[in-house]
Amino acid sequence: MDVIVDLILKSAPFLMKGTAFTVGLSAGSMILGLSLGFLIAFMHLSPSKLIRWPAMFFVSFIRGTPLIVQLFLIYYGLPEFGVRLDPIPAALLGLSLNVGGYTGEILRGAIQSVDKSHWEAAYSIGMTPAQAMRRSILPQAIRVALPALGNTFLSLIKDTAIAATIQVPELFRQAQLISARTYEVFAMYLSAAAIYWILCIILSRLQSKMEQRSNRHMRAN
Amino acid sequence: MDRNNKETMIAVKGLKKSFDNNHVLSDIDLNVHKGEVLAIIGPSGSGKTTLLRCLNFLETPNGGNIRISSTTVDASQDLKKQKKAIRALRKSAGFVFQNFNLFPHRTVLENITEGPVIVKGEEPDSAAKKARKLLKKVGLANKEDAYPSALSGGQQQRVAIARALAMEPDVILFDEPTSALDPELVGEVLNVIKELATEERTLVIVTHEMAFARDVADRVIFMADGQIVEEAPAEELFSDPKRERTKKFLKKILEKQ
Repeated sequence: MDVIVDLILKSAPFLMKGTAFTVGLSAGSMILGLSLGFLIAFMHLSPSKLIRWPAMFFVSFIRGTPLIVQLFLIYYGLPEFGVRLDPIPAALLGLSLNVGGYTGEILRGAIQSVDKSHWEAAYSIGMTPAQAMRRSILPQAIRVALPALGNTFLSLIKDTAIAATIQVPELFRQAQLISARTYEVFAMYLSAAAIYWILCIILSRLQSKMEQRSNRHMRAN
Repeated sequence: MDRNNKETMIAVKGLKKSFDNNHVLSDIDLNVHKGEVLAIIGPSGSGKTTLLRCLNFLETPNGGNIRISSTTVDASQDLKKQKKAIRALRKSAGFVFQNFNLFPHRTVLENITEGPVIVKGEEPDSAAKKARKLLKKVGLANKEDAYPSALSGGQQQRVAIARALAMEPDVILFDEPTSALDPELVGEVLNVIKELATEERTLVIVTHEMAFARDVADRVIFMADGQIVEEAPAEELFSDPKRERTKKFLKKILEKQ
């Protein structure tokens, strides 16, 4: 029993530190990635091929290549061109680009799913296309997109573990380091798993709260 | 400007619209005077809804000239360069849709204040005050916090009418405003439109409700195959139609009703 308590006490600070990196990396790439996703979605919906094509190319590349390869390209590949990024900025960039590709596609589909009658209603009172998008289409599109966005963000939390491969001292990396030191392999990875799981549970709770909020107009009152 | 022009709220000249190779509207000329209530009737596929939708450019005409109030858009020129004029024209022409098209994520009150606040830049408070007056007018004073999904079709359409009125338009265009309603809800919407008709407003109503058109409209246009076949004062068109096509249509409709 003492051995276990001792192990927990010794490893907890490292696991907490790792968790902080994991949460920071997740939140950062969620925000940056989602912003990029909006940009990609709008580009994809542009009537101009010159704008649409780069967005489609980007989405295709992101969805068609493994995340770990994307991270290696940035962290180990870019220095050949004189771009040397520290592990954390490199991971943040790679994960954000990855999330941007996926959420861009989700948002594009959601925006297109809103019936054209909602554009017409907005136009009929004299709105500009931008006003119609912001006031009428996007609020409805985001409601449609929430479940898929939630999925992507859950994947993101778990995918931050891949940042361990480019030296980011996040949760999985800490578990690796402690288990190498203490030989408590199973206990350490189980702790890491539990923490990832808790983070994901918190996020799914948040997601269903937001879904409820965005659906409130759908219930007869 | 000639004397007539001053009183003409809607002036359409040579309006053309085709989908692919299918001519839906061929060379429509149409004038609507200030304070006039015009009903447009005709069989489905006659182009009457397309005509109405062209008036505020929800449908893009292939040619022709449209003036509403003081705004003119020339559809034979590049419409991309006339975006501002099209928006100005839409502001002066309220549109009531067959399927209401309320903003589902906004409450009844927000639906009505959306245009005045976002498009016209009115203060939210004064816009809300005005919206409440309009809700009272359409008989829905107690529904301002409801979402559209909680309302009946007739109630939704009355909110849609209030939304159009909130923009203080010079004309209101109605696209079959009762066609999507259950029969028992038609009356409440027609009554609201009737009341508007008594207020010297300029209204254009595409409708299948012949009794209503006869009762409320000053003038009726009968359309078929993308053309105006006959136009006359309401009473005259229904009691003494001149064209064979009009007679046939009215006979068929009145037999059904």
